[in-house]
Amino acid sequence: MAEMNMLQAINDALDIAMAANDKVLCFGEDVGVFGGVFRATSNLQEKYGKERCFNTPLVEQGIIGFANGLAAQGSFPVAEIQFADYIFPAFDQIVNESAKFRYRSGNLFDVGGLTIRAPYGGGIAGGLYHSQSPEAYFAHTPGLKVVIPRNPHQAKGLLLGAIHDANPTLFFEPKRLYRASVGEVPEGDYQLPLGEAEILKEGNDITVLGWGAQMEVIEQSVEMAEKEGISCEIIDLRTILPWDAETVADSVLKTGRLVITHEAPLTGGFAGEIAATIQERCFLYLESPIARVTGMDTPFPLVLEKEYLPNHLKVYEAIRESVEF
Amino acid sequence: MTTSKSKTVYSPVFIDGSEFRISTFKLLKQDGALYKGGKAPDIDKEKALRIYRAMVLTRVLDERMLAAQRQGRLSFYMQCTGEEAAVIGSAAALDDADMIMAQYREQGALAYRGFGIDEFMNQLFGNERDYGKGRQMPVHYGSSKLNYMTISSPLATQIPQATGYAYGQKLAGEGLCTVAYFGEGAASEGDFHAALNMATVHRVPVIFICRNNGYAISTPAVEQFAADGVAPRAYGYKMDVIRVDGNDILAVYEATRAARKLAVEENRPVLLEAMTYRLAAHSSSDDPSGYRSKDEEAVWSDKDPILRMQRWLGRRKWWTEKEEKALQESLRKEVLETMKRAQKLPPPPLESLVTDVYDDVPPALNAQLQKLKAHIRAHPDAYPKTADQATGGA
Repeated sequence: MAEMNMLQAINDALDIAMAANDKVLCFGEDVGVFGGVFRATSNLQEKYGKERCFNTPLVEQGIIGFANGLAAQGSFPVAEIQFADYIFPAFDQIVNESAKFRYRSGNLFDVGGLTIRAPYGGGIAGGLYHSQSPEAYFAHTPGLKVVIPRNPHQAKGLLLGAIHDANPTLFFEPKRLYRASVGEVPEGDYQLPLGEAEILKEGNDITVLGWGAQMEVIEQSVEMAEKEGISCEIIDLRTILPWDAETVADSVLKTGRLVITHEAPLTGGFAGEIAATIQERCFLYLESPIARVTGMDTPFPLVLEKEYLPNHLKVYEAIRESVEF
Repeated sequence: MTTSKSKTVYSPVFIDGSEFRISTFKLLKQDGALYKGGKAPDIDKEKALRIYRAMVLTRVLDERMLAAQRQGRLSFYMQCTGEEAAVIGSAAALDDADMIMAQYREQGALAYRGFGIDEFMNQLFGNERDYGKGRQMPVHYGSSKLNYMTISSPLATQIPQATGYAYGQKLAGEGLCTVAYFGEGAASEGDFHAALNMATVHRVPVIFICRNNGYAISTPAVEQFAADGVAPRAYGYKMDVIRVDGNDILAVYEATRAARKLAVEENRPVLLEAMTYRLAAHSSSDDPSGYRSKDEEAVWSDKDPILRMQRWLGRRKWWTEKEEKALQESLRKEVLETMKRAQKLPPPPLESLVTDVYDDVPPALNAQLQKLKAHIRAHPDAYPKTADQATGGA
């Protein structure tokens, strides 16, 4: 075990994947000698050469189109989109191409080797275009996997899992935690499973569910709630698509209450999907309405970012309201 | 900062691009004779007849299947008519192991590589033997065996994919290349720019073949771009470019052969613009009489690429009228008989609705299938294709 921040853990995962297989390639804007604007790909070009770790022109649709072709050819491209806010020029390549490659060809061709990394989320004074959480757009697209890690240990294991997974995977990294989240990370290769939520803490009164940077927020709010004697079960969804409804439903059958939190806006956010499924599966066991604590239905603000974000106070309040319903 | 040394001037000097005049490479006249100074590429009789047979098969298939669409047997069809030389002449100059990423009008390339008439038909009718499992509209062919990437309807998406695929081929050191086909309309998409720019920056063995056939559905090329076709854009990417008479099988072949050499031996991507004409409608849903004249179509009918090659073959004594008649008859018969067989085959199984979304069917998706089966069991008359398969499940 070594102590690492999330960027170091991601860099370590990429290093391990590239060392193990010549067909793993890392590329994107400023990814080469500079190592990416956040330095997630530091030293990889030096170690593996310009052919396997390189800068691309500034064209997201080209980066993902190129990556789709490489993956179809049998390579394992790990393409970086500099900020998740800038993934939209590549929306067509991801939604119409990556996601449908296997299905439309009847499994003659696939881009299962593709992994797309992109930093997402707010809390860094990034305003409209360096803060968004676009997971729900992609969660509406069968054929993709969408993964979001909460800490360095998870980031390394889930990224290695994504690279080795036989399906195109979007890997959204909570950039607020890149350097802020530090923890013990196992050495060497290990893969965490995709499509499986993780129960971080068991409890009886209420289930609190989130992913990525919200997990830290949830922990703070739960600490407050537990001081008041509310026993909380905490779940990290980890994979947004396809998501682990089983684990969440089992938990809610036990607790009877659910709070879901994400940074993205409320309307059309992934919490809505979870709420719909869980009320179907747990209707007669629910003690209170499923609560969603999310960003507001606005573009991501700048100066009033703190007001916008679903912080621990808002989550705590939702826990209280659910229990007192 | 640029990589070339730029000359300094001390008054504003604009360049209008007129110094970049692109010539058109031609070898074969419509009467089947070579232009003076033109030299036929090194094609032996066997290869010439393989090319010619693919051209005739494509024409016969297109005529027959459009008729089938008009009779209501098929939902949709797209013809390659008029563009057979541009497609087949280029495909014939490749190694059969090179990857082809086509747009949707390049069935001739598949015919050249040996896609069977039954394989065409299975896709067109979406039956249980369709490699694509009945998931895509007619003409969205694909063959991993023949290195022909399954067609995707969104335009131009295959172009940057070709750049990426070719990059992988370069790293693998296989001595192979990728060819992307697209129309002059698709070249307006952003993916075109992304693909060509990345191809020269990363020096990949890829050939971009633009079939400039004059129309994007109803929009004429003059309303698609103000420039002299698509070819001049290559200068902006520092890419080798060639314009060729797209109805001239020998010129298309020779240009592609030379382009492939640049791509594979020197990692120099090439843009090849084949000037041709879409003699047919855009698709079976289109009616060109609303946007172009019969006179214009007649001009291009006189430049028929198949007739031109047939005359060249005749001059070389490699082909007779008798052989022509026999080929036409046998292909028509085979197409018709194969169509009848393919049409009778059952549809893909109900399970194919949910397979191949992922490598494995996720539990939640399987639950949706089970729910559907129960629904079909309750309403078998509403689902005649699958009622007998809706067993098991909830």
